[in-house]
Amino acid sequence: MFLKQYLLPRLIQYVLVILLGITAVFFIPRLLPNDPVLRTIAEMRARGSYLEPGAMDKIISDLQQMYGLEGSWLDQYLAFWGRLFRGDLGVSFFQFPTPVLDLIMTALPWTAGLLLTTTLLSWAIGNLIGGFAGYYTNQGWSRALDALAMVVRPLPYYIFAFALLLIFAYLLRWFPVSGGARLGMRPSWTWPFVQSVLWHAVLPALSIFVLSAAVWFQTMKLVVQNINAESFVAYAKLSGVRENRVVSRYVIRNALLPQITGLGLSLGLIFSGALITEIVYSYPGLGTLLYNAIVNGDYNLIMGITIFSIIAITTSVLIVDLIYPFFDPRIRYM
Amino acid sequence: MKLFRDLLKDYRFAVAFWVLCLLLAFAALSLFSPYDPTRWGQVPRDVRPSAEHWLGTDSNGQDVFWNATFAVRNSLIIAVIAGVVSRIIAVIVGMVAGYRGGLWDRTLMFVSDSLLVIPLFLIIVMMAMLIRASLNLATLGLLLAFFGWAWDARLIRSQILSLRERDFTQTAILSGTGTLKLVLNEYMPYTTPLIFSTLINNMAWAIGLEITLAILGLLDMSIPTLGTMLYWAINYQAILLGRWWWVMTPITLSVMLFIALYWLSVSISEYLDPRTRVQRVGA
Repeated sequence: MFLKQYLLPRLIQYVLVILLGITAVFFIPRLLPNDPVLRTIAEMRARGSYLEPGAMDKIISDLQQMYGLEGSWLDQYLAFWGRLFRGDLGVSFFQFPTPVLDLIMTALPWTAGLLLTTTLLSWAIGNLIGGFAGYYTNQGWSRALDALAMVVRPLPYYIFAFALLLIFAYLLRWFPVSGGARLGMRPSWTWPFVQSVLWHAVLPALSIFVLSAAVWFQTMKLVVQNINAESFVAYAKLSGVRENRVVSRYVIRNALLPQITGLGLSLGLIFSGALITEIVYSYPGLGTLLYNAIVNGDYNLIMGITIFSIIAITTSVLIVDLIYPFFDPRIRYM
Repeated sequence: MKLFRDLLKDYRFAVAFWVLCLLLAFAALSLFSPYDPTRWGQVPRDVRPSAEHWLGTDSNGQDVFWNATFAVRNSLIIAVIAGVVSRIIAVIVGMVAGYRGGLWDRTLMFVSDSLLVIPLFLIIVMMAMLIRASLNLATLGLLLAFFGWAWDARLIRSQILSLRERDFTQTAILSGTGTLKLVLNEYMPYTTPLIFSTLINNMAWAIGLEITLAILGLLDMSIPTLGTMLYWAINYQAILLGRWWWVMTPITLSVMLFIALYWLSVSISEYLDPRTRVQRVGA
C-alpha cells in the first residue's frame, strides 16, 4: 500500500521532472532565434580573441559537434541523452579541452560542504527556535527574534551577502574578502589549511544560514501558534502532561511535518541562493564556476552546471520526501 | 476604504505604505531629471556628495541621485510587468487545476511542482544569456513572469478547492450559472486578496532576480536599474576606493524596497487570514 500510493508516484514524478528539466535545457538554445555556434563565435570575437580563418572552420565544426547540432532534432536529442548517460557533458570552451564534468567535480566539494551544513543547521536551529518562539509567543525574546526575522527575511541573497561582506570584511576586517582558502595554499588535511577553509567559509555560511533560518523560524512559529490553539494541546496540559513533553511531543513534532515538506520544496531556491552567495564571496564552488562561465560566454559549461544541478536538486528533494514517512506515521501505516 | 483604514492600524502596513509612497515619489522625480540617464560623462566623475550633487557622482560621470531615480523606476517597471503577467498565468492555472480537477489538475500541478523543484535561477540565467541582446525592461519582465507563477498557482488552486466545496457553488450550478461566470463572479472576489498579496511577493522576487542578473552582467548595462547601478559600482571597485555614496545608494534603496514590499504583503495576508500567513519561500 505504502509502496503503491506514496513511493511509486513519487519515483515517477522524479524521473519525469529530470526528463522535463533536461529536455528544457536541450531545447532552450534551439528554440531561441540565434544560432548558438555563430553566437559563441561572436562572443569570442567580442572578447577580443583573434581567430585565424582556417581555425574558424575547425571551431565551427567542433562546436556543431559539441552542441550536437548534426542531423534532425530527434537525432540530436537522442545523441544528447546518449552522451549524458555516459556522463559526458562536453568540454569547456574557455578552459579547452577540460571536460565540463571535471570542472564541476572540482567545484562541487566547496558547494556541497557549504550547502549541506548551512541547510541542515538552519533548518534544525530555525525550527527549534521558531518552535519555542511560537509556544512562548508573548515573551520578549520571542518578539525580538520575530522583529529581526521581519527585517532579514525579505532581503534577497545577493543584497544580504553583500551587506555582510561590506560590514565584516571591508569595514571591520574580521574576515577575508573572498576565496575559499588563503591564496597559494595546497588542499590537504592539515590544520592550517582546514583552519583557513573554515575561516573563509564563515561569512558565506553565515549569509545562507541567517536567510534560511529566518524563513524556518517564521513558518515554524506560525504553525506552532496554530497547533497551540488546538484542543488536544489544552487537554494534554490539563491532564498534567509535563510542559517540556507538551512542547516537544505534542506541538513541535506535529509542526515539523509541514516543515519537512517545505524543506523539499525550497531546496531549489536555497541552492540558487547559495550559488549567488558564492559569487559575492568568490567562493570556489559551483556559483563562482557559473559566474566565470557567464563572464567568458562558456555556454557549454553553463549547460553542464544546469543539468548537473537539476539532477542533484531533484535527487535531494526525493531523498527528503523518502525520509518523510519516518516522521509521519499516517503515511507509514497507510 | 474601510479596509485601508483597518490595515493602516498595523504599524508594519503603515510603515511599508509610506516608504513605498516615498520610493514611488522618488521614482517619479526621474521625469524631472536634468540629466539623460543613458549618457555618460555629463558631470565630473567621482565627486563626493555636495549641494550640487546630493549623492555625489559615479565613475561613469553620472549624478548618483538622479540616476537612482531612474533605477528605482525601471526596477519597479520590471517588477510590475513580471508580477502582473505571472499573476495572469497563476490565476488561470490555479483556477483550471482547482475547478476542473482530474487530469487537468494533475498535469498542471506536475508542471508547477517541476518548476518549484528545478533550480530555476540557472534556467533563467541560460535564457537571459541567449537573449541578452534583446533583453530590455519588458522582455526581462516577461522572462521572469514566465517562471514566477508556480508557487502562487498552487496557493490559488488550494483556495479554489476549498471554495468548490462550499454550498454556494452548488446553488450557483443548480441555478444554471456557467463555469466561466461562476469562476469569475463567485470565486474571483474570494481570491483577489490572495492574488494581491502574492503579487507583492512576486514583485520583490523579480527585483531580486533583476539585481542578480545585472550583477552577472546579463542585462543591458546602459539602462539604469538598481541592479545595473550596483554592477557599475562593483565593477569600478567603488568599495575599495571608498566611494560609499555610490555603493550605498542602490543598496539602501533596494533594502527599503524589499522590506516595504514584504511588510505590506505580510500585513495584508495576516489581516485576511490571521491563521495562515501564506508567504513565498524567498528569492
